[in-house]
Amino acid sequence: MTLPFHLQIVNLLAALLLLISFAMLSQRRIVGLVTLFAWQGLALAVSTGLVGWVTGQHHLYYSAGITLILKVIVMPWIFYALVKKLDVDRDVEPMINIPTTMLIGIALVIFAFNLALPISQLAGTVTRSTLGIALACVLLAFLMMITRSKAIPQVIGFLAMENGLFFAATSATYGMPLVVELGVALDVLVGVFVLGIFFFQIRETFDSLDLKHMEKLRER
Amino acid sequence: MTDAIPVDPGFTPLVGAWWIVLLWLVLAFAGLALQRHPRLITHLLLPLGALGALGIALTGAAGLFAPAASLVLPIGLPDLPFHLRLDALSAFFLILLGGATFGVTVYAVGYLRHLESGPLALLSLWYHLFLAGMAMVMLADDAYAFMVAWELMALSSYFLVTTDHDRPDIRRAGFLYLLIAHVGAVSLLLCFGVLQGGGLIQAYSFDSIRAAELSPFWSSAAFLLALFGFGAKAGLVPLHVWLPEAHPAAPSPVSALMSGVMLKTAIYGLLRVSFDLIDVQASWWGILVLGLGLITALYGVIFAAVQSDMKRLLAWSSIENIGVILVGVGLTMIFHTDGKDALAALALTATLYHSINHAFFKGLLFIGTGAVLHATGTRLMGELGGVMRFMPWTAWLTLIGALAIAGLPPLNGFVSEWLLLQAFLLSPGLTQPYLNMVIPIAAASIALAAALAAYVMVKFFGVVFLGQPRDPNLKNGHEACWPQRIGMGWLALGCILLGLMPAQVIGWIAPTVQMLIGQTLHNDGGWLLLAPVDANRASYAPLIFFLVVLAVLLLTFMVVRRLYHGRIRRADPWDCGYPEQDARMQDSAEGFGQPIRQIFEAFMRVERETPDPFDRHPRYRGDSRDNIWLLCYAPIARLVAWLSDQGGRLQHGRIQWYLVYSFATLIFLLVFTR
Repeated sequence: MTLPFHLQIVNLLAALLLLISFAMLSQRRIVGLVTLFAWQGLALAVSTGLVGWVTGQHHLYYSAGITLILKVIVMPWIFYALVKKLDVDRDVEPMINIPTTMLIGIALVIFAFNLALPISQLAGTVTRSTLGIALACVLLAFLMMITRSKAIPQVIGFLAMENGLFFAATSATYGMPLVVELGVALDVLVGVFVLGIFFFQIRETFDSLDLKHMEKLRER
Repeated sequence: MTDAIPVDPGFTPLVGAWWIVLLWLVLAFAGLALQRHPRLITHLLLPLGALGALGIALTGAAGLFAPAASLVLPIGLPDLPFHLRLDALSAFFLILLGGATFGVTVYAVGYLRHLESGPLALLSLWYHLFLAGMAMVMLADDAYAFMVAWELMALSSYFLVTTDHDRPDIRRAGFLYLLIAHVGAVSLLLCFGVLQGGGLIQAYSFDSIRAAELSPFWSSAAFLLALFGFGAKAGLVPLHVWLPEAHPAAPSPVSALMSGVMLKTAIYGLLRVSFDLIDVQASWWGILVLGLGLITALYGVIFAAVQSDMKRLLAWSSIENIGVILVGVGLTMIFHTDGKDALAALALTATLYHSINHAFFKGLLFIGTGAVLHATGTRLMGELGGVMRFMPWTAWLTLIGALAIAGLPPLNGFVSEWLLLQAFLLSPGLTQPYLNMVIPIAAASIALAAALAAYVMVKFFGVVFLGQPRDPNLKNGHEACWPQRIGMGWLALGCILLGLMPAQVIGWIAPTVQMLIGQTLHNDGGWLLLAPVDANRASYAPLIFFLVVLAVLLLTFMVVRRLYHGRIRRADPWDCGYPEQDARMQDSAEGFGQPIRQIFEAFMRVERETPDPFDRHPRYRGDSRDNIWLLCYAPIARLVAWLSDQGGRLQHGRIQWYLVYSFATLIFLLVFTR
C-alpha cells in the first residue's frame, strides 16, 4: 500500500526530526547545537503546516507560523547572541561518551516505538504512524539534557523536548487547541528569557557556565 | 438523625454566637489597622472582645435549653459550605469559654497596656483569632469546618506562645507545640476520614457521620485516632511534653486561656466523637481512657510538686486536672457500655463540672501568677516570697483559686471531685468482675492525686505569697491595677458561686448529659442539698457548710476579741532562737518538693547544682525533668533525623542526576502503567 505523496513527505519530515535529534546528541559545539535546533524547528513547522493543509485543520497554520517565528528565528538568534556575548562556544565535553549515548538513544527509540504502538492504533489521525517518532524525540532530548554539563545545551535540550511534545500533539490529535499552543509558546519564550538571565548570573557567580560548580550548593 | 430544625431566619442563639465569632474576627484585624493607637487597642478592642465573651456565654446559656439548631454558612469551598450547630454539648462548652474568657480578657486590658504598639497589635490579632477559633471548634457541624477551626486555634495559639520569639527557648517551646499539635491534627483528620464509613464523601457533615454504619473494628480505629488527636491537644501522657514548655512561654492571659479553655476543646472533641458521632461501643474504650487518665493525673501532680517555676507548676497541674477529667470520661464510658446510665450520668456530670471548674480556677491562678510576674519580673519561686505584703488583692484572689483547685469546700473544686469519687464509690455492681476489683484502686489513685494537688497548692501559695521576700528588690513590687483585679475577681466569684450552688449548676449541666447519655443525674436533695442518686448515701450542702464555717469563725473571733482585747502586744521576746532570721532560712520551692522527688525519683531525671562550701552567696539549683522525653521522644527524633539523612543522600547538587531521577521515573511509569 502506498501512502499519498504529501503523507510520504510528512513521514520524511518526521524521520528528519529524529535524525536531527540524534545529530544533536552527538554535536559537541554549542553553535552547531543551536543550528541543529533551528533546523529541527523548521522541520516541525513545515510538517505542521503540511498536516494542516492535508487535513484542512486551518488552526495548524497558526501553530506552524508561531513555531517558525519562535523556534527558527527568535530563539536561535537569542542563543547565537548569548553564545557570542558569553563567549562559551568551546567543545562541550559530555558526561557519557558519544558512542555510548548513541547506543542508549537507539534503545530509547525502540522503547518509544513499542510504547506508541497501542496509542497510535487508538488515534484516528492520518499522521498516527509518526507518534513513535515524536515520543522518541522527547526521550532523546531528555537524554541530551542528562548528558550535557553546560547550561546552554541543557536549555536547548529542554526546548527540543518541547518540540517533540508539540510534534506528538500534532500527530496524535492534530494539535492542541490554539489557546493552549499560544500559551505554551509564550511560556517557552519567557522561559528562555529567564534562563538567559540565569546564565549571566551563574557565570557571574562561578565564572563558568559549567553546572558542576553548582554542586557546592548542596546542603552538606 | 434529622432533629436539626431548618435554617431559621430569625435571631437564634446560634446566629448570635456566629455574630460574636465575626465580631472577634473583625476585632482581630481592627487591631492591625489601629497599630498606631495602642490605647484604642487596650481600651476599646479588648473590652469589646470581653463583651463578646460574655455574649457568647449568654448565647450558650440560651442554647442550652433550646432544641438543637443548625446553620449553613455560605463560606468554605464550593459545594462544601460550613455547617454550624448549637446543641447542648456545644452550648455548655460555649458557657465555659465565655465565662473564663471574660475574666481573662478584662484582666488582659490591664496586663497588656504596657506593651509597645507593634507587639500589642499582633497580640490582639492572634488573641481574637484564637477566641474565634475556639468558638468555631465548638460550633462546627462538619469535619471540614471543625478542622479549619481547629487549625485556626492551633496556629493562632502558636503565635501567641512565641510572642517573645527573640528567646531561643521560647522558639523551641513553640516548635514543639506546633509539631505535636499537627501530629494530633493529622490523626483527627484520619479519624474523620474513617468515620465517613468508607462511603462517598458526603460533605463530611457530622449528620452523615452519625448516620454511617461502622463495623466494630473501624469504629474502634476511629476512636483510637480521636483519642490520640485530642489527647495530643489535651496533654495526655505521653503526649504532654509540649504543655509544660508552651503554656509558661505564653503571656499570662494566654496561658490562662490555653490551660483553662483550649484544653477543654479537646475534651469537647473527645465527647463529641465518642458519644455523639459514634456511640461508645466497647467497654475497653472506657478502661483505656480511665487508665490513661489516671496515669496523666498522677504524673502531672507529681511533676507539679517538684517544679520551682510558678507557671510551669501550674502547667503541670493542668495536666493533672486533664487527667482527672479523662478519668471521668473513661468512667462514663464504662458505665454507659455496662448499661448503668444513671451512674454514667453521674460520672459525666462530674466530668463536665470539673471541666468548667478547671477553666475558672486555673484561669484565675494563671492570671494571678501573671500579676506577680508583672510586678516582680520573675517566675522563679526561689526569688519570690512575701508577695502578699504588697499585693494583697492578688494574693487573696489567688488564694481563692488555690483553695478551689486544692479541692477544699465550700469552693468549686471540691464539688466536682466529690461527685467523681461518688461515681467511683457507687461502681460496685458492674457486670465485669475484674473491673469491680480494679476500680477501687483507681478511686484511691484519684484521692491520692487530689491530696497531692492540695500539697502542690500549699507549696505554690506558701512559697510565693507568704514568708519573707527572698530578693530585696521585691519590695518595689506594685499591686495589680484595677482591670486586673476585676478580671481576677470575676474568676474568683465564678469559683465561689460554682462551689456554693452545685444543685443549680447540675441543673445547667443536665441538658448536655441528657443529650449524650439519654438520662440526667437525679438529684435527691432539692435546691439546697446535693445528693446524687440517693439522699441516704451521701449528700453535701455547701451553703449550709459555708454558713456554719462562717458562723464558727465569727464566733471564735468575737470570743477571742472579747476575752483578750487590749492585752495583745507586739514584742521581740526570745526570738525563739532565731535572732538573725533571714529569707534564706525559709523553706524553698525545691525543699518543699523534695519528699515527692525522693519518692518518685524513678520517673524523673534530676539535674542538680550544689554550691561550693566556701561560696559566700551559695545558690542551689535543682531541676527535675521528664523522663518520657528521653524514653519516647529522643529515639523518635533520632530516627527521623537518620531517615532524613538517608533521604538527603539523593541530593547531590548535580542537575544531571536530578534529570536522571525524573527520566528514570518517566520510563518506569511508561513501562508499568501501560
